[in-house]
Amino acid sequence: MKKVWLWLLLCVLAAVVCIPMYFLIDGSLMGKGEVTEYLAPVMQNKNGFASFRLLPMYPTLRSYVELLLDSPEFFVMFWNSVKLTLLILAGQLVTGVPAAWGFARLRIPGKRMLFQLYVILMLMPFQVTMLSNYLTLDRLRLLDTHAAIILPAVFSTFPVFLMYRFFENIPESILESARVDGAGSWTIFRKIGVPLGSSGIVSAMVLGFLEYWNLIEQPLVFLKDKSLWPLSLYLPNIGLEEAGMAFVASVVTLIPSLLVFFAGGEYLEQGIAASAVKE
Amino acid sequence: MDKKMRHIKRKRYDGVLFILPSLVGVSIFLTVPFLDVIRRSFTDVIGENFVGLQNYRTVFQTSAFQLASSNTLKFVLVCIPLLLVLSLMIALILTESFGNKSRLKHAYLIPMAIPVASIVLFWRVMFAKQGLLNGILAQFGVPGKDWMNDSTAFVILVGSYIWKNLGYHIVLWTAGLTAIPKSLYEAAAVDGASWWKKFRYITLPNLRAVLCTISVLAFLNSFKVFREAYLVAGDYPDESMYLLQHLFNNWFRELSLDKLSAAAVVVSVIIFLGIQLLEKFWDQEEKSR
Repeated sequence: MKKVWLWLLLCVLAAVVCIPMYFLIDGSLMGKGEVTEYLAPVMQNKNGFASFRLLPMYPTLRSYVELLLDSPEFFVMFWNSVKLTLLILAGQLVTGVPAAWGFARLRIPGKRMLFQLYVILMLMPFQVTMLSNYLTLDRLRLLDTHAAIILPAVFSTFPVFLMYRFFENIPESILESARVDGAGSWTIFRKIGVPLGSSGIVSAMVLGFLEYWNLIEQPLVFLKDKSLWPLSLYLPNIGLEEAGMAFVASVVTLIPSLLVFFAGGEYLEQGIAASAVKE
Repeated sequence: MDKKMRHIKRKRYDGVLFILPSLVGVSIFLTVPFLDVIRRSFTDVIGENFVGLQNYRTVFQTSAFQLASSNTLKFVLVCIPLLLVLSLMIALILTESFGNKSRLKHAYLIPMAIPVASIVLFWRVMFAKQGLLNGILAQFGVPGKDWMNDSTAFVILVGSYIWKNLGYHIVLWTAGLTAIPKSLYEAAAVDGASWWKKFRYITLPNLRAVLCTISVLAFLNSFKVFREAYLVAGDYPDESMYLLQHLFNNWFRELSLDKLSAAAVVVSVIIFLGIQLLEKFWDQEEKSR
């Protein structure tokens, strides 16, 4: 009996946690008129208070059609986001996976110190490194290009750290027997390390996607040209007067994250756990 | 013999090529520039004349810095304990009653997937002067207020941070809890120990290492709250939620590179100390098994 109550409590709490998402989807299915009617007090300083309905009175996909067909700037931003996220993740795969393997399993002079440097860099908030980043990018003449966002993110040390945790757990005996068979370190990495550490690699990519799909600070500081902005920076600049549009844009931004979330939930969990707790 | 020696030598540092691309990039984009910031913190605004500790003195005397650091400290002290206790409670109930495979956990992770930007819309509608919250309160005859432009802005910030990070910490705790050997609880159950006794004498002691790690990580990650704060209230939010991160951004815009460098170094030192603590706990975790 007690169990049922606890379960109910947790369900209610989980529902509360999910309210904002429901609100966005709900609003996106209302027509412009309906949204305006409910939110007029907030949008146009009319008297009274804003209200909302659990389900749209007149559900319609018109706002979606309008956004997807009639707003070219939305597409530009959407593709900017896709491009930034994919290139960053690809770069992290190419440089980060071998680095994590090297730190976890191979001999490197000064390894302990270097790895500690990686941990320090991983935990520095953006505001601390913002200035140094800015100066470097300026010197390399990369400001106001997508490379200004991509390159520093590619060399973020968090994915290296995360994959390191997974590579560390591969039993030494497997590597040893491969070595006895005469496999070189590259072969061992490719044939044993990558397949056995694949859940770590996927975890890093899932966490990375959620992070980079959401970029705010970096583009805000490094990109002046609005046509280069990602979706995440465009959204907060839609005024409340266009609430209907903002709802749909929010949901469209949310969808890729949710897809990755549901497809990779298990890996997300593993990745989070590995970032703090040693197995 | 000579050939064998060379072979051993080559094998000794076989990892260098693996980390080289990453290391070069990290040096160019992170390490070298950061060293430059340390240098700048001791020079004037152009970055040429050595001024000793002058910048540090200026920073500590600026009232904006005092306000921002005390707010940030307040935020950390209020938010982190709340977040840790709440997530531990949920993780306990989840693992004890439903096993660690419960789907319910995923619901708490969903806020991680929601772009901060799109949630701002909800916040604005909810907490505006004529927003939903005041509308609901009015029905009960309670007078509302402009939540975002008042000291309640701080509470909303804490709430958003907890909302966003609850799932993350539930997962961390669950990982710690499932690592505790089941046999300990079974033995205690045979002895007829109460729930509280089991929690006090089995769960807590076994969670100690994990608890330290999670606390320090939560502290270090709390510097990232700026994203929420910025989106909710812009560059100049209510005084109660003016954080170090806002100050950094404003100095950056004014190009006060001298002050910004000095403040960045101060924050890095604090974070560095936190990391030393973290590494100590990780080593303990390693030894305790």
